[in-house]
Order: sequence, then structure tokens, then C-alpha cells
Amino acid sequence: MSIVTVQLGQCGNQIGFEVFDALFSDSHCPQGLCSKRENEAYQASCKERFFSEEENGVPIARAVLVDMEPKVINQTLSKAAHSGRWKYDQHSCFCQKQGSGNNWAYGYSVHGPRHKESIMDLIQKEVEKCDSLSGFFIIMSMAGGTGSGLGAFVTQNLQDQYSNSLKMNQIIWPYGTGEVIVQNYNSILTLSHLYRSSDALLVHENDAIHKICAKLMNIKQISFRDINQVLAHQLGSVFQPTYSGEGSWHYRRNPLGDLMENLVPHPEFKMLGVGNIPQMSENSLAYSTFTWAGLLKRLRQMLISNAKMEEGIDWQVRPPLSGLPTLSKMSTNKEFHFNTSIANLVILRGKDVHSADVGAFKDPALYTSWLEPVHAFSVWKTQRAFSKYEKSAALVSNSQFLVKPLDVTVGKAWNMFASKAYIHQYTKFGIEEEDFLDSFTLLEQVIASYCNL
Amino acid sequence: MTQSVVVQVGQCGNQIGCCFWDLALREHAAVNQKAVYDEAISSFFRNVDTRVADGGGDISRGKICSLKARAVLIDMEEGVVNEILQGPLRDVFDSKQLITDISGSGNNWAVGHKVFGSLYQEEILEKLRKSAEHCDCLQCFFIIHSMGGGTGSGLGTFLLKVLEDEFPEVYRFVTSVYPSGEDDVITSPYNSILAMKELNEHADCVLPIDNQSLFDIISKLNLMVNSGKLGTAIKPKSLVTSSAGAFKKRQEKPFDAMNNIVANLLLNLTSSARFEGSLNMDLNEISMNLVPFPQLHYLVSSLTPLYTLADVNIPPRRLDQMFSDAFSKDHQLIQADPKHSLYLACALMVRGNVQISDLRRNIERLKPSLQFVSWNQEGWKTSLCSVPPVGHSHSLLALANNTCVKPTFIELKARFMRLYKKKAHLHHYLQIEGMEESCFTEAMASLSTLIEEYNQLDATKCMPTEDVPRLSVAI
Repeated sequence: MSIVTVQLGQCGNQIGFEVFDALFSDSHCPQGLCSKRENEAYQASCKERFFSEEENGVPIARAVLVDMEPKVINQTLSKAAHSGRWKYDQHSCFCQKQGSGNNWAYGYSVHGPRHKESIMDLIQKEVEKCDSLSGFFIIMSMAGGTGSGLGAFVTQNLQDQYSNSLKMNQIIWPYGTGEVIVQNYNSILTLSHLYRSSDALLVHENDAIHKICAKLMNIKQISFRDINQVLAHQLGSVFQPTYSGEGSWHYRRNPLGDLMENLVPHPEFKMLGVGNIPQMSENSLAYSTFTWAGLLKRLRQMLISNAKMEEGIDWQVRPPLSGLPTLSKMSTNKEFHFNTSIANLVILRGKDVHSADVGAFKDPALYTSWLEPVHAFSVWKTQRAFSKYEKSAALVSNSQFLVKPLDVTVGKAWNMFASKAYIHQYTKFGIEEEDFLDSFTLLEQVIASYCNL
Repeated sequence: MTQSVVVQVGQCGNQIGCCFWDLALREHAAVNQKAVYDEAISSFFRNVDTRVADGGGDISRGKICSLKARAVLIDMEEGVVNEILQGPLRDVFDSKQLITDISGSGNNWAVGHKVFGSLYQEEILEKLRKSAEHCDCLQCFFIIHSMGGGTGSGLGTFLLKVLEDEFPEVYRFVTSVYPSGEDDVITSPYNSILAMKELNEHADCVLPIDNQSLFDIISKLNLMVNSGKLGTAIKPKSLVTSSAGAFKKRQEKPFDAMNNIVANLLLNLTSSARFEGSLNMDLNEISMNLVPFPQLHYLVSSLTPLYTLADVNIPPRRLDQMFSDAFSKDHQLIQADPKHSLYLACALMVRGNVQISDLRRNIERLKPSLQFVSWNQEGWKTSLCSVPPVGHSHSLLALANNTCVKPTFIELKARFMRLYKKKAHLHHYLQIEGMEESCFTEAMASLSTLIEEYNQLDATKCMPTEDVPRLSVAI
């Protein structure tokens, strides 16, 4: 089954390019560490999911590119075309001239309705190219105007028009110290709207990925390109084909469906995070070897201590001992709090993957009490290695990891809202104070729900 | 891609405008080596086949035929505009986009605003409409003028109302040169205060500049260069301040170096909208992020670095110096000290080979020494444009919405009161039809209200920040 990707705004389009590039490079990587037949099945599966075929054999990404000003899309199209290995369909682009001015209201209330037909038409055309549709992957940032506002509008329309298909939104959480001054307003409006119309929100934080670039990849002058490539690597390790367990060369057919089934048992809890291990620069890779035991131990500790990378993990954090009365409900101010999960999915790729022991992830202490670990935890093992890493592990987790950042963002937005600063820029385009209050209410609810796990 | 139209009014406005067009041509020539008319150039220039009569013949793509500036030149005396039209830039201006008169406004806001305003209203509208028609998607009007005289101040602000009524969706960015202390025009306080009221009510964003600051910057630069302190790494005639090596040679006039700084300001302001980068910033984002309340739309600007450097790969220390300088009071384009006042919002627009990590490192470094208003503690807007300005490898434009503009306004008010109390020169204004004393009192009130708003914000400076209690939800 195929996934149709919708790339929105500068961020969405820049990331989208890196994602398709990473997927393509990996699927054509010669060091698959598996048999030729397996490799071919892997490539075919990857292709079915993400690319369609053109007459001269150049794969075309199954994507719709949307932006309200032309510069980034032009750049993205030409970067892909120049690579000579894959490209975008030039007709699957929608562009305007003026941009959204970092204004969520403008993206949602002006651009949305104005361009709804054109954009949905383009998506429809991509859908028709698929033999069968697994669902939509929407890449957007929360801080700006197009990705956030128009992204929320498009997701809502996808829900109306394709109610049987799944939608996963890849959201970029902006740096804590502003990229955009009104980013907190834009973020809360986006999150509250997506919470109602999306099936799952896959969140990546710029701050976290920045640290990975600095500490693990040792990049001196970090550019957005570096950040996007790390992100693309993480997404690739999640979305590339995995064995379905019904015997070799059978890869899972419904990537989005499988992810949702395992990770989103309850619509109140939709926020997913990704971590992976190992992550390092190509130079270091040649000199490193790993054991599954070592990787999994670190990955587990990353989960429970809410660490985004394998360096600087806090080993003091331990799961609460079972049998004892539960500790007082998690306060967002506590220092050594333990990251409770609702559901986890571990994806292992590479050499000797079947010998990897994931027992430690099945510990009931890791999870909230209303799900049995057998339902809360799944593991997918695939022999074929990912992107030159002899062994790699990815963790997709529905846990409390986002509570603190969300709480901070809501807090800042609330303070600003109390002073009424910038509100006139939103009411100008039809987003009233009521709408803000609705968003705040919904998000406080989400925070409370996650805190009470 | 959007287009912008520059409206230059009065002697000051036109002289600055002239520098701007010269630098803009040079910048695009440096970036666009193949002389193809692309979207970046079209933001400020039309591509015209001059053989076609009557201002038609716009060519939308392909080779550059003849570039015409998207500009309207207005002056109520002919000297300055004539000089421009006889000078090296004459081909850049469409001769039909001019409005001139002979007698001038006599440094009288009322003459500029009321007399010439009503006299030329139709013609102004017609020229503006024409320039808008030539645009595919007009986003912004840039108005350049001075506050102290008669034409720039009076007619320039009359224009704002016309633009607001006729093109309500198009942004109005005003670059205003405020009179400095030793201004030789006696009535400049009257003109400035009367103009301020219009700026308060009809401008989207105002970039105040004052001559004293520009002069100080030039002096400091000359001192640095002449003392040989900077060594061989620094070329003496910086492209920022001088027109040496400019596209078309102009005679260096006394204000040229100062005007060049302002011209660079406008170029850098629009660079991220015209050229590509990893974090673009369009003009509508400036207003969105930097104007938290409609009346507080005065932005203090600073440009760094001011000298060209010989080496291309700047070691981080020099790069960091660029960021530090942007916040020093010596680099601001008005007499202001943002570090010791309260920030409402701040934008950093970087050009050249600078990446997000450099930006973040410097924000982290400088943040502790700056005071932000309680509800906008992380009020930073940033942009990265990959194309550096001509002759530099990188540059930074900082725009601050900061209470440090207050002293300028308070000073202006004081100078106004000194004149007004004695009713000095008032009759020159009151004898113009449509002018009454209430015009003056209303203008004063408007300014006082603005100053009071800044006062209230300043009062919050030393108060401990208290978080507003959050909504509590039942689980």
C-alpha cells in the first residue's frame, strides 16, 4: 500500500526532500547485509510505498508540494531533478506568490478556503496513482503560517474527504528561543486543530535534533540541512519496509495502519515521538561495532528518562517498583520523573536481528496500568540493514515525552494572550479570542490526561 | 514572488531613493550574471521594451531588455529630480512616474499636506495605480521621506492616507528621517509632530532614522580606516558607505555616504524576500512579528558590519562580533540605546554564509544582557538569506521594537513646545486653508498618547514577572 505525502510550507518542503532522498538512498544502498532476493523485495516494497514509476524509469515521489510563495518549491524541485536518481512530479505542486506572513489565521482562514479545490485536486490525482492507499503523511512546521495554518486546514479536509484513510502529521516543534515571535500562538492553534482531525502526531523538536547534530554528529556549523537530514534518517528507519512475520520476503503492507494500531489505542493520546540508536557521522561509523544488548539497554533508558539521544543519558531514572503505591501524579516541575508510556514500538534492522532480546521493554512498570504490556509493546525485526548501519534500532513511542515542552509552550502562549499582544493580527483574518480559548482548553486537557498516566 | 513600489518624496526622499536604486542595480547585477530577468529582479524592477510607446511593453521573462525601477518620484521643486534625470541613473526611471512642481513647500508641512495634497491628489492616484498595474502581486509600498521639511513631511504623509484608502491590502513601510538637534530648519519640530500623527494612524511600520546617528557612524568609520587600525584586511572605501565601484558613477555629494547606509537598510530588509535561504522572511512577516499592538510600529534598526573584509571564511569570532555590534548604541540608526531599554520584539535578518547554529549561539550569548517585556521573553524573529550583500561575505540587519525610541519622541515634543508656546512661525501654517490650531493640539495629543504607551511598558521593566494563572481543567 502507498503513502501520499503532503509537504507544506518552507519547513515541510525542505524536510520532505530530505526524507525522500534518505528513503531512496537507503533502498539502493549496496550494504543491505541480506540476500539479493530479500534486497529486491525490500526495494520493491519501498518503491510501492513512496514512489511511482515513470516511463524512462526515474522514480517519482508520491508527494504533493504546497507553499504560498514560490522560492522553496522551485529549489526543492530542482534539487530533486538534479540528483538524477528520483524526482518530484512538476504538476503536483501548488504555489502562490505572497506567503502567509507567519500568520496562522491567514494560512487557515484565507489561503485554506481560497485554494482548497486546487490543493485537494492535486492530492486526489496522487491518490489515483496508488493501487491501494495506506494513508497520508503530512509534513509541516508549527511556528510559521503556511505549514501550521494551511496544514491544519488541509488535514481537516482530508478527514472530510478521505474518512477511511489514515492521516499522520509530522510536526516540527520549533526551537524554544524563537524562530518566530508568534510561534507559541501558531503552535497552540495548530495542535488543537490537529488533535481533532489527525490520527497521529509524530513530533520532532528542533532543539533535540540540534543537540544530536552537535554532540553525536560532531557538526561544527549546523545548518537546517544537517537538521533535516538527521530527521529524515529517523523517519526512514521507521517507514522503510519491515518484515510482517509471515515468512521472509513478505514485508508489511500497511505501514500507517500498523503504526496506528500499535501506538494509538485511545484518541485522547495521539502524540508520538521517535528516537533511534546509533546515530553518528559516517566517519565514526566505520570504526564502531555494536551489540544488540548494548543498543537496546541504552534505548530503553532513553525511553524512561526521556532522553532524545544516546549521549548524556540519565541512568538515575528508574521505573517505579511494582507493588508499591503509585507515586504522586507526575508534576511537570519534578526533576527525576519517570517517563510513563502508553505504547511503544521498537523497530530493529540489521545483522543477527533475531537474536536481539527485547524482554526489558515488556516490563509492566514502564506502562500505564490500563494496558497489558502484551498490547502496549510491539517489536518489528528486519534482517535488511538500514542506511549503512550494521545494526540500528528505532523507537516510536506514545509516552509522556512531550508533556513538558507542551506545557511550556501553552504557558508562554497564555502569558502573551493575557496581554493581548498580537491578537489584532489574528482577529483581522477571522480567528477570534474564543478560538484561542478553545485551543487552550483542549490542550490543557491533553496535558492533564498525559500527566495522569 | 511579490513586487514592491518605492515612493520617494521630497529632497531627502529622492536623494536616498537615488542611492537605493543604484545599489539595487549593483546587487542584482552581481547576483544575476546571465542578465536574465528573474523573479528576484522583478520585485523592484520592470523589464521593458523601450521601443514600445507609452509605457507598455513589459516583458515578463527572458533576457533583460531595459530595467525600469518600480518607483514614483515626487518633489515640489524641480532641482533634485532634474538632477536625477540628467544623471547616470536617468534610464532607470520611467519619465512618466514623476510628479514635480516649481515652487517647493517652503519647509511648511501645511503647504505640502494641504495645498499640494489637494492639488496633486488625482495625479498621485493615477501614478500609483499605474505602478500597481505593472505589478503581478503588489505586496508593499516603501515610502522614503524626511520629517523636518515641507514636501517629504507634508505631502509624504498625505500619500499615506491615499495609499491606505486605495490599496488597503498593501503594506506601507515608511523610512522617515527625523531632524537632529542642530537641524537648520527652524520649523522642523512643527513639521515632524504634524507628520507623526499621520505616521501613527496610517503607516504599518516606520523605520525612524536620524542624521546625527548616520553622521556619527560615518565619522567613526573614517577614523578607523584612517588610523590604519584595521590593517590590510580592511578596504578603505567600503561599499556600504561609498559609491565607488557603483554601477554608474555618481559625483560624491555630502550626504551620499549617509544615504548609502539607509539604502543598504532597505536592500537588506527585502533580501530574504527576494533571494533564497534556509529560513526565509517575507515582508508581511515583519509586520506580523514586530508589531504587537497596532500603534507601536516604530522599529529601531542597526546594520553590521560596516566594512568589507578581505577574507571570505570568517572565523567565528568575527562573526560573533557582528552580532554584538548590532546591539551597541553606536550602530543604531537613531540616537537610541536598546540595551538599556525594554524590548517588545526583535528581528535578526542575516545574509551570507551563516547557519542556524551561529544564529542560535549568538542569541543565547546576547540574551542575558537584554531586557524583554514579560509576555515576550523569547521574542526573536530570525531569517537566513544565502545571498550576501555586494562586497561582504555576510551581514546582519537587526530591527527592534524597543522603548528606546521614546527619547527621540520626547525630545521632539520638547522642541515643539518651545516653539508652540511662543506661537513662533505659527501664522505660516494657520494661513493655509484647512489648518487650525486644533491640528496642532491633536497632533500633540497623538504623540503624547504614544509616549505614554511606551512609559507604561517601561514601568513593567523592573517588576518581577508573574505568570498569569492557567486554566484548570477537570479530568
